[in-house]
Amino acid sequence: MVEIIVDGKKIKAREGNYLLRELKINGIKIPALCDHLSVEPWGGCRLCLVKITKEEWKGWSKIVASCLYPVESGLIVSTKDKEVEKARKEVINLMLARSPQTPLIVELAKEYGIEKTDYEEYKEPTDCILCGLCTRICDQLGMSAISLVNRGIGREVAPPFNLEPPDCIGCLSCAYICPTKFIKFEENEKKRKIWGKEFEKLLCKNCGSGTVTKMEAEYFSKKQGLDPSVFELCDKCKREYYSKKFEELQR
Amino acid sequence: MKKLKSLKELSDLRKKLEKEYNNKKEIFVCCGTGCRANNSLKIAEDFEKILKENKKEIPVIRYLKKTGCHGFCEKGPLVIIMPEEIFYCKVKEKDVQEIYEKTILKNEVVKRLLYKEPKEKKEIEKYKEIPFYKNQFRIAMRNIGKLDPFSIEDSISKGAYLGLEKALKMKPEEIIEEIKKSGLRGRGGAGFLTWRKWEAARKEKSDIKYIICNGDEGDPGAFKDRSIMEGDPHSVIEGMIIASLAVGANEGYIYVRDEYPLAVETLKKAIEECRKLGILGENILGKGHTFDIKISRGGGAFVCGESSALIRSVMGKVGEPRAKYIHATEKGLYDRPTVLNNVETLADVGAIILNGGEWFASFGTEKSKGTKCFSLVGKVKNTGLIELPMGTTLRKIIYDIGGGIVKDKKFKAVQTGGPSGGCVPEALLDLPVDYEKLTEAGSMMGSGGMIVMDERTCMVDVARYFLKFLLEESCGKCTPCREGLRQLMAIYEKIVKGEGKEEDLDKIKKLSSAMKVASLCDLGRSAPNPVLSTLKYFEEEYIAHIKDKFCPAGVCSDLVIYEILETCNGCGACRRICPVSAIEGKQKELHKIIEEKCISCGSCYDVCPINVIIYKKKELRNG
Repeated sequence: MVEIIVDGKKIKAREGNYLLRELKINGIKIPALCDHLSVEPWGGCRLCLVKITKEEWKGWSKIVASCLYPVESGLIVSTKDKEVEKARKEVINLMLARSPQTPLIVELAKEYGIEKTDYEEYKEPTDCILCGLCTRICDQLGMSAISLVNRGIGREVAPPFNLEPPDCIGCLSCAYICPTKFIKFEENEKKRKIWGKEFEKLLCKNCGSGTVTKMEAEYFSKKQGLDPSVFELCDKCKREYYSKKFEELQR
Repeated sequence: MKKLKSLKELSDLRKKLEKEYNNKKEIFVCCGTGCRANNSLKIAEDFEKILKENKKEIPVIRYLKKTGCHGFCEKGPLVIIMPEEIFYCKVKEKDVQEIYEKTILKNEVVKRLLYKEPKEKKEIEKYKEIPFYKNQFRIAMRNIGKLDPFSIEDSISKGAYLGLEKALKMKPEEIIEEIKKSGLRGRGGAGFLTWRKWEAARKEKSDIKYIICNGDEGDPGAFKDRSIMEGDPHSVIEGMIIASLAVGANEGYIYVRDEYPLAVETLKKAIEECRKLGILGENILGKGHTFDIKISRGGGAFVCGESSALIRSVMGKVGEPRAKYIHATEKGLYDRPTVLNNVETLADVGAIILNGGEWFASFGTEKSKGTKCFSLVGKVKNTGLIELPMGTTLRKIIYDIGGGIVKDKKFKAVQTGGPSGGCVPEALLDLPVDYEKLTEAGSMMGSGGMIVMDERTCMVDVARYFLKFLLEESCGKCTPCREGLRQLMAIYEKIVKGEGKEEDLDKIKKLSSAMKVASLCDLGRSAPNPVLSTLKYFEEEYIAHIKDKFCPAGVCSDLVIYEILETCNGCGACRRICPVSAIEGKQKELHKIIEEKCISCGSCYDVCPINVIIYKKKELRNG
């Protein structure tokens, strides 16, 4: 642990850990849309900008993305610096032009006093803010079924060639991590559909309700070396089963 | 080729090759990309044929050499007869026989192929006396044009690896000290001190370290790295080996754009021959150091010239920049200490070690030492590749070396530094070109592209052009660059259509400053430069577009209309050049532009020999 100063207040932070995460732990609010504890930081949304300096820098300072900046001892951080606030506001302004109907962005803009974007609104607004959380979680799970394709303004999240992604196991991690609920899926007791691919679900041996997809069960039992029987029951029945077992053991 | 086992064996080989290769009569045919495009390979082939057929008649054995780029691309294909240094330009296939008969057999000069001084209309015979060459000083390009890039023997005879010979006897600290003395800074554009990078990587403790050469020259109009790799690949390899000695690296990569197929070929051959001679590989020249180089070919993304994106691309990943809070010298390629230098930087290294850092530092300005290569293009008479001491003024570059503006039109601005640079106006023509001065002027050194613009260039359109380029090349990872460029472009599209508003200028400024602060990498951070520099120096042109709905340069076709005056003599030049056949008129009679057909491209205006075509504000516009 080292001591750093944030907005005039001394706090303790773990050296080498990412600054944004340490700020969050210490209850300091700072907007960030592409950061999530389950994945490595990325530095894409540029909202978590802060100004940093050090005593020995003799007045020199720089603006960095706190999500990627490693904590060092003696760091003096300003999250509310004027230049930072101005740049952040402009980034939000740009996001609002892209996603003028997305509640998360509209709310954020309101916080910064923006009702309507200064820029040209997209003719076809999108909820996707290209934060890359979905593709990063997919990479991390080992599938890489979807990715960010094309560059610049043509960029989008997509499976290869916009076809049914062969590597997708239908785990829905991408949809759950998506901060704007842009990634859609359909589901019933027996089937699940995401990215245009349909998945058959396993049915609970006990109650008959749908659980995970077959492919998911296969993949994770192989990856983690689990017995396939782990996936035989749905979550609810599993809980009942184990609590019963617990009771038996206690007796 | 026998593997060399010691420094002595290399210097013995050099002595032998010097005798064999130098001071012989030679024919240089420039086979750089520019001259190749103008058929120079066929010219070389024809020379070869004639020389073969007439072996007995030639008094002294003459070597025909397909060299790298001589720089004077405007006048290509170039043929130089050595050692007399007779310089022939714009040589055609049919001239080969005449050159052979007159110059080679009888030592006579073919006058009509000589370079003509445009001012005094005088022919210049010797290559070094041509103003384009006379005003240059070459370090990085020291051997380009003098040697066959596909022959290591020829390169060694011209002094390649002399710097390495010296470096192999030095301690790493001594090498770095020499580079420090030289004041060498990154020639890719950012101008970071080279020795600092080397020192930082040297201090890192790691069993694996890398040297990467950045040959992903992506700026439109820049081709200096291309010419160095194509014309003298051994200077780059020599620089890399010296860097590896200083840093303690055993592996190297040269990242070349795939658009440079010739550079890939020359480098491949050079690396192969180096391995055969024992200059690359294990136990280099018996001195115990191991270093080898692989070529990594880029996929054509501009952003891959950015160091962190380049490193990802070498690893086979998508070339996207990452934050550089941890330097590549600490954690670069495969998370190992990595030194990444530009082609030109590395080409300078061998000469610095050979001649000493102080020698290199004796050229240039206080903070920018040595020489710098520039690709001089645009509306300048002598386009081509040049190398000059830092601190040379723009005026000297454009007027003395470049020969002034095409058709002696009025100079308007020079764009330096590619899409990340800016436009420097006429008032700053006496600006000494170095890293600091260009940055102060709102532009940057970049990779040495210089695009000269004349009065017929619309600065709003120029800014729009670079924005369009960047919009296509932005990787799209971070919001300010991706969305900011899109919005800037939208504003510019409005302005050139005459739909701009005055508050748009404030919007441009506000957005630009946010992009400079918030973007992830230097592509986004420097993307507003073309916008801000044109706005700074040519605001009145923006105002004309917005308020008067008129493009003063006559470029923005929605805002101008062309008209032929009654003094037209009916020469028909405009009628013939019009791409949409919008000009009517009989020969020697007054011509007329049909307004409905005219696309206001201005071709007629530029071609009219008696300047009777004018443009004015377009009155009837939709909306």
